[in-house]
Amino acid sequence: MIVVNTESVPGHRIVALKGLVQGNTIRAKHLGRDIGAGLKNLVGGELTGYTELLTESRRQAMERMMAQAQQLGANAVVNVRFTTSSVAAGAAELYAYGTAVTVEPVA
Amino acid sequence: MEDGVGIIFGLFWVLVVIGLPIAFIITGRIREKNHFEDLARREALHHGFPVIDIPLLPAGMTASRGELVTGQVVIASDYLKNFFAQYRQLFGGEMKSYQTMMQRGKAEARLRMIEEAKRLGATAVINVRFETSQIGQARGKAAAMSEVLCYGTAVLT
Repeated sequence: MIVVNTESVPGHRIVALKGLVQGNTIRAKHLGRDIGAGLKNLVGGELTGYTELLTESRRQAMERMMAQAQQLGANAVVNVRFTTSSVAAGAAELYAYGTAVTVEPVA
Repeated sequence: MEDGVGIIFGLFWVLVVIGLPIAFIITGRIREKNHFEDLARREALHHGFPVIDIPLLPAGMTASRGELVTGQVVIASDYLKNFFAQYRQLFGGEMKSYQTMMQRGKAEARLRMIEEAKRLGATAVINVRFETSQIGQARGKAAAMSEVLCYGTAVLT
């Protein structure tokens, strides 16, 4: 599955539009990471635990989006966008959406 | 004898109340300085690698394939920066402490994206987008925390 955030896939031609596909996940941070982050807040800087958590979660949202595209019989998702929003204290929603298409290589 | 114990306890608390925050400020500053140096070093490494935010290929370049690349980082300020930032809000103006925090976050996310693109063997990253979201409270006990995401399409030849 080809995933890009441009309107077309380089070196390919879009032959069919399959529609909008999306994937989301809401993740809560857990206590252990919270304590670690609390200590890190004393000096500031990157919070590696949270970075990993969000990377992992965003991948899951993308996988859900790709699964939906696969169900529609698409082989690529173009114009992908990401949004993040905090739903409640300590919980973040990661959302990925794009347009499922069928592409074929330009000869 | 009891006075001596009292003085030692007094000194101990003075050390904790004044010494620890100073130690945290100094550690934070050193870490920030090191991070900026690291960013500059990596930036120099990727000099000349086209990273653009338009969805077009740089002139004279043809690509056979595209792939989404992302770079992300969660960055936090510290309690003391927040404390001073509250005073800044009385008078307005640029909040330097948060400005450097976001600058670090944006640069780090962008460099991670470029590094991923290079790992894939890409020749350029096009249609780059940044997204920032706040994931912690700036007021109250928690320090300001922001997530920075940088993503684009790595084009492969």
